Amino acid sequence: MADIILNKIYVKVWRQNSPKAKGRFETYQVENVSQGSSFLEMIDILNDKLILEGKDPIAFDHDCREGICGMCSMYINGHAHGPDTEVTTCQLHMRKFHEGQTIVVEPWRAAAFPVIKDVMVDRSAFEKIQQAGGYVSVNTGGVPDGNVILIGQDDAEEAMDAAACIGCGACVATCKNSSAMLFVAAKVSQFAKLPQGKVEAKKRAKAMVAKMDELGFGSCTNTGGCELACPKSISIAHIARLNREYLSAKLSD
Amino acid sequence: MSSFMSASIGRKFFMSITGLFLISFLIIHLTLNLFLTFDDSGTLFNLAAHFMATNPFIRIMEPLLSLGFVIHIIWSGWITLENMRARPQKYEYGDQQLSWWAPSKNMFILGSMVLIFLVIHLTNFYLKMKFTGDPLLSSVNIDGTEMHNAYALVSSLFMNKGYGLLYIAGGILVGLHISHGFWSAFQTIGFSNQVWLKRLKAVAVTVGIVFAVGFSYIPIYFMIKF
Ligand code: HEM
Ligand code: SF4
Ligand code: FES
Repeated sequence: MADIILNKIYVKVWRQNSPKAKGRFETYQVENVSQGSSFLEMIDILNDKLILEGKDPIAFDHDCREGICGMCSMYINGHAHGPDTEVTTCQLHMRKFHEGQTIVVEPWRAAAFPVIKDVMVDRSAFEKIQQAGGYVSVNTGGVPDGNVILIGQDDAEEAMDAAACIGCGACVATCKNSSAMLFVAAKVSQFAKLPQGKVEAKKRAKAMVAKMDELGFGSCTNTGGCELACPKSISIAHIARLNREYLSAKLSD
Repeated sequence: MSSFMSASIGRKFFMSITGLFLISFLIIHLTLNLFLTFDDSGTLFNLAAHFMATNPFIRIMEPLLSLGFVIHIIWSGWITLENMRARPQKYEYGDQQLSWWAPSKNMFILGSMVLIFLVIHLTNFYLKMKFTGDPLLSSVNIDGTEMHNAYALVSSLFMNKGYGLLYIAGGILVGLHISHGFWSAFQTIGFSNQVWLKRLKAVAVTVGIVFAVGFSYIPIYFMIKF
């Protein structure tokens, strides 16, 4: 099946020259876009045009373009990562849009994710949360023989589900409180179910939550938008686990 | 402890505990009010109201309940304000992930409307019964015990169409608040997982509907019957 060509679409995008500068929306016309192209390819086409016209191309984050690095952060028509489900912006295709449509592209909006330029935001707050406790630092010895440490199938599955988080920040972008709870919950959950992670579980939950609060993310009101926007379908059941880990850690202080 | 009080999860912990406490109060409140519709002579309701006004356990719970409300309301304002600060710039295109009316997105607005209702409600009933008195409250004698004729005051208000409609609105608002609040409170204290999340959400909607329908039924009963 040949791809349908969108003759004309409009991209209304946030332009901001620097972190401190005042931003504004600009609307650009993009012609002859195949519905088979990805959203970022469409932005590439637009940027080529802008460069030829002597204008500043739109700055945006991207790296792997296959949904694993979590760099591509765009808030498209009121949805983090656009109107498709379980995909990142780089995996979003133009077949989700139609002829003549105006597509609104905004950066992630959160006090903790300041805009660097245009739709590119500084997500290093996530790194700081990770550095506060998202690791295992106890000596676990040499590589053990297979099946020496037995882990139940359910626990292994849940830990793996949590570990699927790519740190893209769509949860923060979607949450009306710009809360990072889904991200932190995933990072705490991926260790909480495993014996290597349990040793530092209490310290980890407390340190990561304290860092998250310090960096200016909002608090979770269990609104539930985050799990719908998450490209990896991280469940808010992990947030319940984080709450449990944190409260029991605080209780045993 | 102070770090717990100001931590995001710590703050939410207080919302959850007070919220669940308020729900348990509402269950008793609804049950008692339904007595209004079981016995049109008012004896059953007057006995229940008298029991509530004199039982020592209930007397202890009353100031605790007020405290629960105060904490719930102050904390809700505090959390909502901090959360607004975390998103200084809104989206041009809004948030299309959840519909605009989703209770989970509107807890503060729903809560505030419940609060407005609550103030009107308290001035109409509680204030009169406890402090100012009302000609309708003249005492009755049931099985040798003198007590307020609470039924006369309450039923006269419910027969008023305007008040009846306001009461129905209050019931629906609190029902919506709880259709999210109920499961949310369990989530906050960590009592949930993949399986229980679905169950709690279903129970929350059921509890919300029971409150909305239950509280609305009383004025409707009076409007139709009298
Ligand atoms: C009888 C009355 C009320 C009941 C039964 C009730 C119950 C609840 C429950 C169970 C929660 C969930 C707590 C959690 O997520 O952990 C909640 C949340 C909330 N309530 Fe109420 N509430 C009542 C009145 C109010 C009032 C008067 C206000 C404010 C003016 C209010 C504002 C809020 C807000 C903003 C939240 C969300 C807070 C958050 O998720 O962080 N509520 N309520
Ligand atoms: S939880 Fe989901 S939305 Fe949030 S950072 Fe991880 S992958 Fe992205
Ligand atoms: S560019 Fe790597 S996930 Fe989109």
